[in-house]
Amino acid sequence: MLQQEYLYVLIFILGGSAMVLVAMLASWALRPSKPSKAKLTPYECGELPAQADSYFQFNIRYYLFALLFVVFDVEVVFFIPLVKVFNSIPVVAFIEITFFTVVLAFGLVYAWKKGALEWE
Amino acid sequence: MEALMPFLPYIFILVLLVLYLSVVPIMIQVERKVSAWVQYRIGPNRVGPRGLLQPIADALKFLAKEDVIPNHVNKWLYIFAPTLMVFPAFFVFGVIPFGAIMINGQEILIQVGKTNIGILYVLAVSSLGVYAITFGSWASNNKYSLIGGLRSAAQMMSYELPMGLSILGMIMVVGSLRLEDIVRFQIENGWGILLQPVGALLFIVTAFAETNRLPFDLTEAEAELVGGYHTEYSSMKFAMFFLGEYCNMFTASAMITCLFLGGWHVPFIGSMGLDPAIVGYIQVVAMLMKLGFLMFFFVWVRWSLPRFRYDQLMNLGWKKLIPLALANVIITAIVMAM
Repeated sequence: MLQQEYLYVLIFILGGSAMVLVAMLASWALRPSKPSKAKLTPYECGELPAQADSYFQFNIRYYLFALLFVVFDVEVVFFIPLVKVFNSIPVVAFIEITFFTVVLAFGLVYAWKKGALEWE
Repeated sequence: MEALMPFLPYIFILVLLVLYLSVVPIMIQVERKVSAWVQYRIGPNRVGPRGLLQPIADALKFLAKEDVIPNHVNKWLYIFAPTLMVFPAFFVFGVIPFGAIMINGQEILIQVGKTNIGILYVLAVSSLGVYAITFGSWASNNKYSLIGGLRSAAQMMSYELPMGLSILGMIMVVGSLRLEDIVRFQIENGWGILLQPVGALLFIVTAFAETNRLPFDLTEAEAELVGGYHTEYSSMKFAMFFLGEYCNMFTASAMITCLFLGGWHVPFIGSMGLDPAIVGYIQVVAMLMKLGFLMFFFVWVRWSLPRFRYDQLMNLGWKKLIPLALANVIITAIVMAM
């Protein structure tokens, strides 16, 4: 019966999506459209934009934090099945988990000491 | 009633969708009224009695406004992003239990899908929200939008880690990923906020960050970035971002209630000797009242606290919340093992 439950969730998702799409379509049907040259320029302090594109160089830190996130998030995902069965695991497994957690904490400490967590 | 039984899930789907649609206008009205009271203003009071019809007027205005799609945007992503903002918040509600009512002596959970991976599904789906903001801001091809989007992506990723870790303690205590099991466990053993106080605090703080609400609203930061990621949006597309924000708040409130505030449980109601059928309905109302209080709490915090600076935000996330959440998991594990 589990598949049935997922089916209900899917129906819920489709129903919600349909409502959003109906709202978008209703607005598309009702709204006026009178574009002018000024309306179609980027919004920037009331002047003409200095450059056409805004794909400028951005701070490398954003990228660094994204990398750190991937590393730690995978580890959090590993934790979830582990904590679910935590009540019924043998001692050996508990020691392994402790080791895993220590490695994870050590990774965080290493990133911290390297200055990867500093935002300037 | 017998004949209705097979259709119950479909009825719940319909009721929840309507609930969802009606919550957002009410929330917007509450937010405007509460902010007015906090700032000693009157707030909206022109449309309808005491300004109660204001949200309907807003919705009609959003529908009828011209939608400007500027020349410089990446058109398909620009159109796709606002819809993506609303979807994840909606999807989460497919697994949230709202109460247990008795029909013909049979206990029925008010829940669309009783999946066995409840929390995992919630975590997975709610993290999709970051794509909407990133796509929207990148496709807008506007400097304010791009800065807002980059900030938001980094912020939401940073706070997702402590959010995931803060739930682990609760899963460990309960031993199940099903939200209904977690609520039932709390009914028997006391609310999660008492069992896992640190986890509850961490979860509530990260919920504010994940929904981009003050004090974590650096994504929008009206004073610095005009509107942040939705600077270039107008009409219904802007409304979708707005809707998404309030839907996210509703979802976060529901998660906090289920995980840490006992879900639909009313303390001491079991010893009052009431009819179980009536207790069921009282508890559904209690669940909705808890949700209402938490959403009021979101508004209350927004109009009471100032905004963080970006480096403070990242330091809080990585240097305080993550170590604290890890320590919480380890201490819970040690206590459980003893």
